[in-house]
Amino acid sequence: MANKLLSLENVSAHYVSQQGTRVVRAVDEVTLSLDAGETLGIVGESGSGKSTLALTILRLLPKAARIVGGRIMFEGEDLVDKPAAEMRRVRGKRIAMILQDPMASLNPLFTIGDQVGEPLRVHEGASRSSAWQRAIDLIKSVRIASPQTRVAQFPHEMSGGMRQRIVGAIGMSCEPRLLIADEPTTSLDLTIQAQYLDLLRELQRTHGLALIFITHNLGIVAKMCDQLAVMYAGRVVEQGPVSRVFSQPLHPYTKALLGSIPRMTEEREQLTAIDGQPPDLANLPAGCSFAARCPAAFARCQVEAPPDFTVEPGRSARCWLAAPTVHASIDQTIPLSRSAAS
Amino acid sequence: MTAVMEAKGLSKHFQARRGLFGGSRGVVRAVDEISFAIETGHTLGVVGESGCGKTTTAKLVLGLETPSGGSIQFEGRDLETLDTPGRRRYRKSVQAVFQDPYASLNPRMRISAIIAEPLVTNEKTVAPEVRHRVLELLDLVGLPERSADLFPHEFSGGQRQRIAIARALVLSPQVIVLDEPVSALDVSIRAQILNLLRSLQTRLGLSYLFIAHDLAAVAHMSHEIVVMYLGKIVESGEARALALSPKHPYTKALFAAALPSHPDERSDEPVLQGEVPSPLSPPSGCHFHPRCPHATARCAQEAPRLRPVEGRQVACHLFE
Repeated sequence: MANKLLSLENVSAHYVSQQGTRVVRAVDEVTLSLDAGETLGIVGESGSGKSTLALTILRLLPKAARIVGGRIMFEGEDLVDKPAAEMRRVRGKRIAMILQDPMASLNPLFTIGDQVGEPLRVHEGASRSSAWQRAIDLIKSVRIASPQTRVAQFPHEMSGGMRQRIVGAIGMSCEPRLLIADEPTTSLDLTIQAQYLDLLRELQRTHGLALIFITHNLGIVAKMCDQLAVMYAGRVVEQGPVSRVFSQPLHPYTKALLGSIPRMTEEREQLTAIDGQPPDLANLPAGCSFAARCPAAFARCQVEAPPDFTVEPGRSARCWLAAPTVHASIDQTIPLSRSAAS
Repeated sequence: MTAVMEAKGLSKHFQARRGLFGGSRGVVRAVDEISFAIETGHTLGVVGESGCGKTTTAKLVLGLETPSGGSIQFEGRDLETLDTPGRRRYRKSVQAVFQDPYASLNPRMRISAIIAEPLVTNEKTVAPEVRHRVLELLDLVGLPERSADLFPHEFSGGQRQRIAIARALVLSPQVIVLDEPVSALDVSIRAQILNLLRSLQTRLGLSYLFIAHDLAAVAHMSHEIVVMYLGKIVESGEARALALSPKHPYTKALFAAALPSHPDERSDEPVLQGEVPSPLSPPSGCHFHPRCPHATARCAQEAPRLRPVEGRQVACHLFE
């Protein structure tokens, strides 16, 4: 695993209330890895811990949260115990991030040129004028017309799609090795979203960039990603190559998620709905956290949380049905549940 | 098949002031001479990007905006000609469910009061009957009876949307306008709400005007679809046929931009370039011509009319 660009080993990040009485396990024992130039999709519903995971990698967690365990290996270094000053040299330089709302991530009082050039001045000590010149090239590289005029404009003079490209240009300014995009296209129109995803692809190809897409949208994963990690209640419940996971999901949650999206290509009267709600992260059930909503749950699921079973190289699931001894068939689980009940 | 609602040449223009001190006035043709029909018990899906006029269309149907031109006919009668009791009846028959169930429910009201409010304001109903109706509706949308005495903050997004649906149903409407009803919800909850809406439609014979940007959801829910671009309908027709073989270049581009449902379905079709122009100064002729890969000189001069093409309506010179 020495040549992995990024690998997370059993990373946990918890939010702890002031009195220390409430612990929210936002990210719990997450193990993931990513090669250079690869695209990883992290999918989950709100509250599944996917955004906290991104902040954990960048060590940008809010005060109440801390990394309580695990290692985050990036280019051979452990980010978890890096001093804050060194961490600042990683962020924006070797790992960049794009957030959901471009209006919130741009400063309305500075010109586009200042903001695109800022990482260059901070990380590379570029002069104001050379940063400005390179900003023009960057604006051009995200396919914005007439970069010479745009560079001196302010964020309010641009459309939402253009602003999100500018945010992309800022992210790319120091040629990072890894770009983390947290719901980068949710506020964009369909055709603008397609343009933006296209652009990210191209930037990735030309710069050999690794991408992490954090999204709730399985369509984006299907379009963009090589690898997929599905998060539920703070844990990665299933991961593997995208087309394998889409074709043969192992975890009942993944299966249900895929069944719940309407498809253009087939006519279905009913979508597979997942009943109930995700659990409270401060008060997780004893067994598997999906057991209460799972159509295939049996007695063992209620009492014992399944470990991460590796089913084939690069493919794993946290589900008893994926355990090597139990084959993924509900029939065989019935005697198990009986014996556990008696 | 009878249409419960029919719009004919419907327009809504807004006056816009240009510049700080007024000066020349522009007109935004938010909805420009569109015609559509909602069949009884059917769903009409409206798709398009921001600024295409889909929300203004919803407001016109709800009677929240008065049309600048054209008419809406409800059960064969023109809305303009309705007297006050007639309009009141219309407003009762057309209800709405909005996108954000966190914003559309008053946090200080109990669920029973929220659901009963349209009933209390519109009809003379005695208290026990109101209560009975509220419990009946809670059951219909799949919420337990005890929900009636709780407040909105005690519910999740999906449950709140069920409450909003119950409120829309309390006056036994015929048409419900669904403006992005699942966009604010989590993926696993969306299917619950879409399934609920479909089963309510069959049980109660409701007609829906369904507005959403998720094309697959619209295709799944709708019987007919209209595609709008800058205030005009560019294509309309039977939902599945339209989704599977779009004809108008814009519809094609829009559906090509939709995300695949499986990695093997990734399309290599070129992405539509450019952005939607400002509705204050839409392009001449066909509004889509500056972005259209098939545009000719004629497209810049002459706006195409909607014409029947293989059982569908398409507004494009290519199909004449």
